[in-house]
Parts: sequence; structure tokens; C-alpha cells
Amino acid sequence: MIPALAILLLAQLAGETLVRALSLPLPGPVAGLVLLTLVFLARPRLAEAVRPVAQAILAHLALLFVPAGTGVVGHLDRLGAEALPILAALVVSTLAALVAGAAAFVLVARATGAGDA
Amino acid sequence: MREFTEIWSYLATAPLTWLAATLAAYVAGDAAFRAAGRRPAVNPVLVAAALLAALLWATGTPYADYFEGAQFVHFLLGPATVALAVPLWQQRAVVRRAALPLAAALAAGSATAVLTALGLAAALGASPATLAALAPKSATAPVAIGIAERLGGSPTLTAVLVILTGIIGAVAVTPLFNALGLRDWRARGFATGVAAHGIGTARAFQVNDTAGSFAGLGMAMNAVLTAVLAPLALALFG
Repeated sequence: MIPALAILLLAQLAGETLVRALSLPLPGPVAGLVLLTLVFLARPRLAEAVRPVAQAILAHLALLFVPAGTGVVGHLDRLGAEALPILAALVVSTLAALVAGAAAFVLVARATGAGDA
Repeated sequence: MREFTEIWSYLATAPLTWLAATLAAYVAGDAAFRAAGRRPAVNPVLVAAALLAALLWATGTPYADYFEGAQFVHFLLGPATVALAVPLWQQRAVVRRAALPLAAALAAGSATAVLTALGLAAALGASPATLAALAPKSATAPVAIGIAERLGGSPTLTAVLVILTGIIGAVAVTPLFNALGLRDWRARGFATGVAAHGIGTARAFQVNDTAGSFAGLGMAMNAVLTAVLAPLALALFG
């Protein structure tokens, strides 16, 4: 477990360093995610070693945003004052993104012969 | 025996209290979710956050004091984002086979999510701070919070918007795609992961296994693309 955690933290650290060195518009952990995926493709055994710990963390992903979610207490004024734009944007954009994503997949799959599932 | 108020003055500022309260609230939220038959509208995070917010209000505890303890959980958002490399790597064969449809669906879903949200909110008069928190809302929470922090949006407001997006997507997805007659589980799942991250992915796994694994893939890929798109789109509307 500890070697796997060390790999995750080192990948994050490498991501944070890369983002700062190149002034990339990405959060450090996202750069770390890309770097670690590339490392896994080159060294599949490393992916097998990290997998159990990564799955344990991802299975409880929801717990990790409770602290930030609790911060809603500080935003009740804004949520009240801007309820209409916020709710309209959330509902419309989520439905539109679902349809756009699925339609693009089906159309391109048909055009390229990637077939139906 | 000492007065409770005296003991409370220690407890109220001890990180241990708020770390324990965070885990306990999540356990309670998860129990409520199971008791409701795993309906997406009864979201464990929303229940936990509401319980904690009520507790902070009732005890007059400032959010900063609470965060002294909760930061140990919050810190794990970074390693959890990096851990998404594992499902991405596991799906590498799928990605190769359906590379073009996946790329098209990712680009269309991700761009639609960011642009329609910002365009509509800006047209309805949302403030710049709200737009910055809204831009990354379809990405998974750890990534969205990281993006919002860089854009000058509030991480806590973003967390709430991300959760609401996931709930809306999870509630709407099955009736929406059934009404449209869309039957390809790969397309349904992947679009769900792109538009509604982990909450949508959990819902997709309940409906169909293929949809679930494609949703996980969509969530991981959109985490990367939103990080690139959100700052560009915000510059357009901000």
C-alpha cells in the first residue's frame, strides 16, 4: 500500500513541478494523471502494483468532496441571489452535453464502421 | 466532573473533532443513500454537507475552524485525481478500438457543457465569480476544484455546483436517452461520464456494466479536456 501511495504522490509532485515549469493552464494533479498514464503504458507492472490502492481511493471519491461541499454555508447569499442563472445553466448545459456527447459518438461510430454495441 | 462548556472549548477548535464529524456525516449520508434505494437524488455528499453545515451553524463554528480538521480529507483530492490513471490505463484496448467516436464524443460533450453553461449564465446576468465556479462543473470534483482555484473561482461554490451537475445528469440520463431512442450503451455511458462525472458514472453502473465502464472513461478523459477548455471559454464570456 505504501509504495502505491508513494507512486501516486510522486506523480502528483511531478505534475505540479511540470505545470509550474512550463506555466501550463492545468491543475498539477491533472498533469500528474497524464504523466502516470504514460508511465503505465511503458511499465504495465507498475499499474498492477498501484491498482488496488487507486481503486480503494476511487471507490470513496465522494467522501473527498464533503469538506468543500460543506463550504456551501458561505455561499447561501450568492446561491439565493443568482439562483435562476445558476440553475438554468446547470440543467440546460448538462442535458445538452449528454445529447451532444452521445450523438457525436453514434454518428462517428457509424461513419467509421466502429459498429454498434 | 468538568463543565461541558469547558470541554467544548477544546473540542470546537480541535482538528480531530471536525475530521471525525466529516467521516461520520459521510457514513450517515451513505446510509441514507442506501436506505433510499440508491436513488441519485439522495446524494450522500449532499446529505453529509447539509448535516455538517447544520452542525457548524448550531455550534457557531466558523468554516475555517472546521477546515482545520477537514483539510486532511480535502488533501486526498490531488492523489485521487492522479489515481484516475488506473481506470484510464485499464481501458486502453477500448480506447484504441473506438478512438474516433470517443474523441468526437469527448470534444462535443465537453465543449457543449462548458460553453452552454457559461453562455446561458452570462446571458442571465451571473457575476464573474459565479462564472469562474461554473466553468469546470462537468469535470470530476477534485479536478473542477483545482481548475476553479486557478481561475479565481471559489473552490467551495464549485464543489456544490459539481455535485448538483452530477445529480441532474444522473436523474435525467435514463429517461432522456430512452426518449431519444439511443441504444448504444457505449455512447450513453461515455456521454454520461463526460457530462456528469462520478455521480453519473455511479448511475451508469446501476443501469448497465458497459455503460458504467465507458462512463468512467469519459470522466477521466474529460478531467483533462476541461482543464484545457474551461480557462479558454471563460476568457470568451468573462
